[in-house]
Amino acid sequence: MAITGLIMVGFLLMHMYGNLKVFLGADAFNHYAHWLKGDILYPLVPSGWFIWIFRLVMLASIVAHIWSAAVLTGRAHAARSTKYVTTKRLSQTYAARTMRWGGVILLVGLIFHLLQFTTQTVQTGFTAGAEPYEMTVGAFGNWWLVLLYAVWVGIVCSHVRHGVWSALTTLGANTSPAARSFLNGLAWVIAVVLFVGFMIMPLAVLFGWVN
Amino acid sequence: MIINLRVWRQANAQSAGKMVSYRVEGVSEDMSFLEMLDLLNEDLTVKGEEPIAFDHDCREGICGMCGIVINGAAHGRANSPVPTTTCQLHMRSFADGATIDVEPWRAGAFPVIKDLVVDRTAFDRIIQAGGFISINAGSAPEAHSVPAPKIQADRAFDAATCIGCGACVAACPNGSGMLFTAAKITHLAMLPQGQPERYSRVKTMVAQHDADGFGGCTNIGECAAVCPKQIPLDTISALNRDLMKSLFKKDGK
Repeated sequence: MAITGLIMVGFLLMHMYGNLKVFLGADAFNHYAHWLKGDILYPLVPSGWFIWIFRLVMLASIVAHIWSAAVLTGRAHAARSTKYVTTKRLSQTYAARTMRWGGVILLVGLIFHLLQFTTQTVQTGFTAGAEPYEMTVGAFGNWWLVLLYAVWVGIVCSHVRHGVWSALTTLGANTSPAARSFLNGLAWVIAVVLFVGFMIMPLAVLFGWVN
Repeated sequence: MIINLRVWRQANAQSAGKMVSYRVEGVSEDMSFLEMLDLLNEDLTVKGEEPIAFDHDCREGICGMCGIVINGAAHGRANSPVPTTTCQLHMRSFADGATIDVEPWRAGAFPVIKDLVVDRTAFDRIIQAGGFISINAGSAPEAHSVPAPKIQADRAFDAATCIGCGACVAACPNGSGMLFTAAKITHLAMLPQGQPERYSRVKTMVAQHDADGFGGCTNIGECAAVCPKQIPLDTISALNRDLMKSLFKKDGK
């Protein structure tokens, strides 16, 4: 759970950084997007293979992450089969409480996201075969799509906020009360950076700063 | 003071339980929560009703025997900054005329025996799985013959204050007993005497914890918030570090 989660947080940070290339103009953005599917690690791996190795790692992480979550959820339900009549929350965060359903919602969002921008099955403001830049600008010209993405990215970042703290703690990094504060702070910083970093681009498109 | 209680009544492990309302009059604010229950039980006994069963022993906050969920918080600490056991919670913490919900610990590994009494022998089984040191104790050796660094000795003592009341399990949304297990692991792992069995112990204790039907830890932190002995959440990270190291140790397990 911890290791696969951290792999995915690493991916999110990279993805966010890549999105910001949109501010360098259409050529730079498209070139970057094609490079991702092109000759990374060539000639160590044949040209075009990297993306598939990468996708395999991501898929394995997602499957292992969901499997671990399902096992933990099953154990938790078995361990509290009779619910309390009254529950008082003392230290849990909203992010921690919504990890399970939040995780399911963000998976649904992820499937939509891939259908939209990877397979181009769902076309919102662009046509099939559109260049990445054209696709991005076309899609995020829709205010409702930007709103939908803001909500989804918010859910993702909430998941990341508890996830980063929890993963590092599981891996043994919570060594003292000071470390606990630091890890929670770090988780907040990563979550906020991701939210801001991911939302700048759609907002810039919506307000016409990028077109 | 007048206190309105809603108490979980359950005749035995097999029967279904329900919340029953009681009105307790003549409560002094200096009474402990358990003394208030004693008062109610005297009334019930006089009326010929079955008194409410609850666990208790020392009533000084050091034995770990008492423990009930009060208004949704294990030991009823609620928002008070002072960690406490149920027996050390006093009625002055409540308003006159307050309605208080009283429930037993709820966990798969802690089945209800009667009313507010739960079976906590699952904790004993975790200890039996490795929470000890295998030596012929003999007579007490000269204390200075085995030096223990001060910082580690302090940490061991802090962890050893765990009284095994089970509040961590009761408060955990996952019903996990990790804070208890981690306190025992940390206690022994910090001391020289605990080293020979350090890595086999963590494996067997965690395995027993899981086998007993406790949930898994997801680092929510409710356990440490209700712990009357303030066992810190970082003991769980210490357990995890030892568990990971144990995967690379040859210890016959």
